[in-house]
Amino acid sequence: MTAALDAGKGALLVFCVAVLQVSVLTTLELGAGAPDLLLVTLVAVALVRGPLYGAGAGFFAGLVVDVATLQTLGVTSLLLTLVGYWIGRYGETTARERRHAPLLSVLVATPAFALGAFALHFMLGDGVSARVVLLEALVPTLALNLLLTRPVYAACRRLLRPVELADRAREVRLLG
Amino acid sequence: MAVLGSPVQRAAPQKFPSRNGTVLKRRVVVGVLVLLSLLMTTLYFRDPPNGGMHAVQDAGATVLRPFQVAAERVVRPFRDAYGYFSGLVHAKSEAERLLAENERLRQEATQYRSAWEENKTLREYVDYRAPKGYPADLRSVAAAVITAPFSQYEQQLVISAGSGAGVRVGDPVATPAGLVGRVTEVSEGTAQVTLLTDRSTAVSAEVLEAGAVGLVKSGRSGGDTLVVDLVKKKFVVDRGDRIITAGSRVGELPSIYPRGIPIGEVTFVNQSDTDVHKRIQIEPYVDFDEVDSVIVLVPKERRP
Repeated sequence: MTAALDAGKGALLVFCVAVLQVSVLTTLELGAGAPDLLLVTLVAVALVRGPLYGAGAGFFAGLVVDVATLQTLGVTSLLLTLVGYWIGRYGETTARERRHAPLLSVLVATPAFALGAFALHFMLGDGVSARVVLLEALVPTLALNLLLTRPVYAACRRLLRPVELADRAREVRLLG
Repeated sequence: MAVLGSPVQRAAPQKFPSRNGTVLKRRVVVGVLVLLSLLMTTLYFRDPPNGGMHAVQDAGATVLRPFQVAAERVVRPFRDAYGYFSGLVHAKSEAERLLAENERLRQEATQYRSAWEENKTLREYVDYRAPKGYPADLRSVAAAVITAPFSQYEQQLVISAGSGAGVRVGDPVATPAGLVGRVTEVSEGTAQVTLLTDRSTAVSAEVLEAGAVGLVKSGRSGGDTLVVDLVKKKFVVDRGDRIITAGSRVGELPSIYPRGIPIGEVTFVNQSDTDVHKRIQIEPYVDFDEVDSVIVLVPKERRP
């Protein structure tokens, strides 16, 4: 029952953020970039709830984005599924309880998502400028995402019940 | 205390059935989600515009539309306030620039009015049959932009008017400032507009001052820069010259853009001995990042 409630809350959160992202935030250009609240929220959700939840949330968020923007179905889903899973794994292994984990995750996930999207769209034959995507837009987007990270992570921790450390995988734990 | 190289026997690895089960479940779920994403991409890519995947997407977009409109309405006051205060920063210099521009346009308008009257009289003398054009033969369907381009990869908007309002694939889309693009997908209540900055878009255009005809398309550098290709070197094109849609016919196919829609202004002209055509860069009149409402130009004889 609690798990279903958690899943419902997570789905609602991701849905609202995805709608906000496609309707409002993409038009908020600061520099050449725009804040990617959806990616930051997904990172926070994956860190709080783990890889399975992160992958599911990423898939759902990507689907909402692809449907709302009438873009090729599955492209954003694929990227966000991988980001959610990857960050979730990082959260339950190396990053356990580390204070810098959300910032580090966003710092890595933002360029990784940009690179992945660039490669995928290039393969699909979409017109895309590497200079705009990887140089002009990436730095301001990264800065804005990092600014959003702390409050979004704190909100996600309050809203979603963090998975207990004991419930998580134990195979990798680096000390230091 | 065990040290490196000591003969201490390592304990036999314990099995954790529950953990193994979790790992397996996790991998299966992620694998299924990734496969599902790839499958959707493949099917969508091969799906014709009126196919099943597009129909599902249209239905989903229709469901999402009220949420998008609600989010946009909630945020609009904040965005307007931000726009108001950011506008104040440059208000003085902007006012000076607009005053100078206003003076120049007033002079031009007087000249054009005189030329227009003369043109009208001459047309009557020679019984000239004008081609269908903008805006006389078209009606406007106003629509709000409900989804801006989600990332730099996408050069499409989603607007709040669809086939129910008489919009069809291929209809030109503009703002009062100039041409925005064309409709590329339509559902009952929404339509996708592909911007001029998309690589797949090319518009036959005319340099108004030079009378030269070329093809406006996206610049190689990306962003909002456009280029005019195929302009012959014999024409004299200067910085500041205006570009409008030519509305010209190519073979049997008429241009989907009627003649006379403003596109932009020339910012750079160059030519070399080895080039066959001029290299012209233009700044579009429309700021594609700031479009929040558009006009779809629908032929008058077509009704919803």
